[in-house]
Amino acid sequence: MIRSEILREIAPIIRDQLVVCNIGLPSQELHMIDDQPTNFYMLGTMGLSSSIGLGLALSQDKTVISIDGDGSVLTNLGTLPTIANNVADNYILLIIDNGSYGSTGDQPTYAGKKTSLTAVAKACGCENVIEVQDKDLGPVLQSAIDSKKMTVIVCKCDSGNIKLPVITMDPVVIRDRFMKAVAS
Amino acid sequence: MNIDKKITDDLVANDISFVTTVPCKQLAGVIDEIDARDEIFHIPSNKEDEGMGLCAGAFMGGKRPAIIMQNTAIGVTINTLATLIQYYRMPLPMLISYRGELREPVACQVEMAVHTKALLAEMKIPTYHFHHQSDVEEFDAILKYTFMCNKPVAILTDANFWGGYGDQ
Repeated sequence: MIRSEILREIAPIIRDQLVVCNIGLPSQELHMIDDQPTNFYMLGTMGLSSSIGLGLALSQDKTVISIDGDGSVLTNLGTLPTIANNVADNYILLIIDNGSYGSTGDQPTYAGKKTSLTAVAKACGCENVIEVQDKDLGPVLQSAIDSKKMTVIVCKCDSGNIKLPVITMDPVVIRDRFMKAVAS
Repeated sequence: MNIDKKITDDLVANDISFVTTVPCKQLAGVIDEIDARDEIFHIPSNKEDEGMGLCAGAFMGGKRPAIIMQNTAIGVTINTLATLIQYYRMPLPMLISYRGELREPVACQVEMAVHTKALLAEMKIPTYHFHHQSDVEEFDAILKYTFMCNKPVAILTDANFWGGYGDQ
């Protein structure tokens, strides 16, 4: 499965949760598949989906899912020790690990070579780290939400992109809509 | 006057309850003070752009955030300031240790000091420079200004403000 197929499959599971979605194609795909006020789309700033999600989870009680990519986690690898040492049991980091920089032309990442983000997350001190194959993600994600334990999920999948438009919604509108959903 | 306590009191009085820090020798006292206060959740960051991401999330979660860092971090965070904090119009007080100014013992610190105000000006970030201890009296008003206008605001605090490096 490629990332857009995974997002389509988990859309009903994440619809009612707060979602911070990674820059580029992941946000564009989620926006096209199931736009919700509970989705925060990153239009820039590669690497910070996990940090924004953690800050959000630590500041209120609703469940937060950060959808990140292997390339983005590699660019902000310092996020994993911060996550491990500041446990928020309403926080799930979902790393869609397709071993490539999808939004920029599928150049390979080191996570698709020797580096295991699952092992890195564990070494950083994250306690619930689950590596899962794409087709098995749905039940794993649902059970992570139900567990109310901070969880890092590394979902291994194929690289590949679909053609779709950029998000034209104004960033302040995205942020305002999202904050109202958070506060509701 | 205890500057560390005054700064922390002003943060608390302005309902700032989420503070991320990347340490600097000059900031050690205020970081200790913040860490000791129950009203503030203190979360150290590994890098300043990561810290700004945490602050963005905290703000959207209903908390008032702040970041404490060195001026070298301006070189690290330009993209995050432009495409996250400014683009989504979020308030962010940045209490910045202004290394490389008068009484600085480490020559390399001057290399970023000479760019600091120019970079902040280029980013159209409101910037205040605390040089004398009494300048801290404006801190409360600067925090109110930051959350009034929903912008990142820089407070540069130099060695003279902090009382030098002890042996100079």
